[in-house]
Amino acid sequence: MAEHFVQPPHWEWYILAYFFLGGLSGGAYALATMLRLIGGPRDEATARIGFLTAFPLLVACPILLALDLGQPLRFWHMLIDTTPGHLGPAFKDWSPMSVGSWVLLLYGVFAFVSFLEVLAPAGRSLSRILSGGIGRIFNVVGAILGLFIASYTGVLLSVSNQPIWSDTWALGGLFLASSLGGAAALLSWLARHRPEAESTERRLFSADRYFALLELVLIVLFFVNLAGAGTLARALAGPWAGFWGLVVVSLLLPLAGLGRPRPRTEVAAGSGSAPAGRAASGSRTMVLAGVLIGVLLMRFVVIFSAQY
Amino acid sequence: MPEAVGFFTDTSVCIGCKACEVACKEWNQLKGNKPTFLDSFDNTGKLDEENWRHVAFIDKVPDAAATTGNGAAWLMFSDVCKHCKHASCLEVCPTGAIIRTEFDTVFIQQDVCNGCRDCISACPFGVIGFNELSGTVHKCTFCYDRLQSGLMPACAKVCPTQAIQFGPLSEMQKRADARLGTLRAQGNTQASLYGRDDKVYGGLNAFFLLMDKPEVYGLPNEQNAVLPRRNNRPSYLGILVTAALGLVAGLAAFRDRGDARRAEEAARQTDTTERN
Repeated sequence: MAEHFVQPPHWEWYILAYFFLGGLSGGAYALATMLRLIGGPRDEATARIGFLTAFPLLVACPILLALDLGQPLRFWHMLIDTTPGHLGPAFKDWSPMSVGSWVLLLYGVFAFVSFLEVLAPAGRSLSRILSGGIGRIFNVVGAILGLFIASYTGVLLSVSNQPIWSDTWALGGLFLASSLGGAAALLSWLARHRPEAESTERRLFSADRYFALLELVLIVLFFVNLAGAGTLARALAGPWAGFWGLVVVSLLLPLAGLGRPRPRTEVAAGSGSAPAGRAASGSRTMVLAGVLIGVLLMRFVVIFSAQY
Repeated sequence: MPEAVGFFTDTSVCIGCKACEVACKEWNQLKGNKPTFLDSFDNTGKLDEENWRHVAFIDKVPDAAATTGNGAAWLMFSDVCKHCKHASCLEVCPTGAIIRTEFDTVFIQQDVCNGCRDCISACPFGVIGFNELSGTVHKCTFCYDRLQSGLMPACAKVCPTQAIQFGPLSEMQKRADARLGTLRAQGNTQASLYGRDDKVYGGLNAFFLLMDKPEVYGLPNEQNAVLPRRNNRPSYLGILVTAALGLVAGLAAFRDRGDARRAEEAARQTDTTERN
C-alpha cells in the first residue's frame, strides 16, 4: 500500500487547458499525417484541415504554461540553466517537464511549418520543398513529436510522489488514446461540409471507435493500478466517481454508433427532407461535442482528484 | 570543499517549545502564516514556504490507564527539510534551480527558480511551499548563509534541549548511534533512527531519532520512500504500446479502401430503402 505525505502543486486551470489543447493539437497532427500517408487522395482535404488545426491549437499552449509559472518571464529557464557558473542548456531526460519543454519547442516548429505549407500561397515554395519524400519524413517526425506532446503530460503527472498520479503507469497512454479520439472527432466535425471528405469522415468515425475502446481499456488498467496502491477510493471519492461516469459515457457514444456520419449526397440531392438532414447533422455535432467534453473532463478529474 | 553537514533531530528529548520555529523565522525573515487553532499546541500545521521548521504534536494518549512503560502521551517532532542524498525535488526540477551545495545540503536558488512547482509534486515529505509574492518555491536552506560564515543553523543554535544537534554528518551519525544505544540500554524498544542509513532516499542529511513508526510522524517508511523517476520507464512504455495500438487502429480505419467504399454504398442503399 502506498502512503503519501506530499503537498499538492496546485496545477489547475491553466494546466488543464494546456493538457486539452496540447492533446488535441498533437492528436490532430498525428491523424493528419496518417490520413496523408495511409489514406487516399480524397483524404488529403481532411489531412490539410488537420495541419491547419494543429498549429492554432498549439499556439495557446506555451502562453498557458508561462502564465501558470510563478515567474512567467522566466519561462526560458526551462531551456537555459542560469545557475551562476553553470550557464548552458537545461535538459534532464529523467524529468518529463524538462523533456516536454524541449519537445514543445520542437513540435511547435513542425506544426508551424506544416501549417504554412497548407496555407497557400504563403507556403507555395514550402510545399514544393515538402512535396516529396522529405515532406513525408517531415510529417512523420512531426507526428511522433505531436504524439509525445499529447501523452507525456500523463508521464509528467506520474513522475512525482502525488497520490493517484504516481500510483499508475497508465496515465500517458490514457492521455494519448483520449487525444487521438478527441482529435478524430474534431477533424471529422471540421470536415463535415467538404464534399470530398465524406469517406474520410466515415474513416475518422471508425478510428474514433477504436480510440474510445483503447481508452476504456486504459481506464480499467488505471483503476486496477490504483486499487493495487490503495488509492482507488480516493480517486472515486465525492464527485469524482460521477465525473468518471460521464467520461465513460462520452466514450460509449461513438461505440454505440452515435454520431455516425450520414451519407450527405442524398441530403444535397433533396431525396431526404432538408430539416431532417439539418437535425441529423445537429445531433451529430452534439455527439462530437460530447466526445470533446469527455476529453476535457477526463483530464479535469485526473488533475483535480489527486489535489483535492 | 567543506565537510558534509548534518542535523540530528532527537525527538525523544524535544519538549515542543517551538524555539526552533521562532529562531528560523527570525533569521530567515519569514513572516509566518496566520496562526490556526489545531488539536494541540500546534498553531503551524505543516511545513511550507513560511515554515521551515515545524514542531508537530502527535497525540499518543493511551486509551488504557497509564502503567509503567506506557506513559507516552505526546510525541513531539521538530520537522524540517530532510536534505535527502537522492532528493526527489532536485531530481524533477527542470530549471536546475535546486542544487546540492558545497555543504552537501539541498538548496533552491531563488534567482533561477521560475515557480513551476514540479518539486512540490515530487517532495515525499511535503516540505516545499510556493510563495505568491516571490513567485518561487521556498524551503529550509540549512541556513546556507550562516554555514558560509561558519555559524550553525539558527534552529540548532537556539534549541534548549539539544533535540536539534548540528555538526559534520559523520559526527552526527556517531552521536545518534550512541543515543540509540543508551535508549536501548534503558529498555526502550520503540526508538529507531530514520534516515541515518541509506534506506530512505540514500540517507538524509537531516535525520531523526523517532519514538514510533515513521508513518506515525507523517514520514514515508522504507517501502514508500521512492523517487519520482521510478515511473518514467513504465509510463513511457505505456505510451509506446498505446501509440502502437493507435497506429494499428489508424491503419485499420484509414487503409482498407475497398471495404470502406463497400460499407459506404451499403449504407446508402439501406438508407434509401428505409426512406422508400
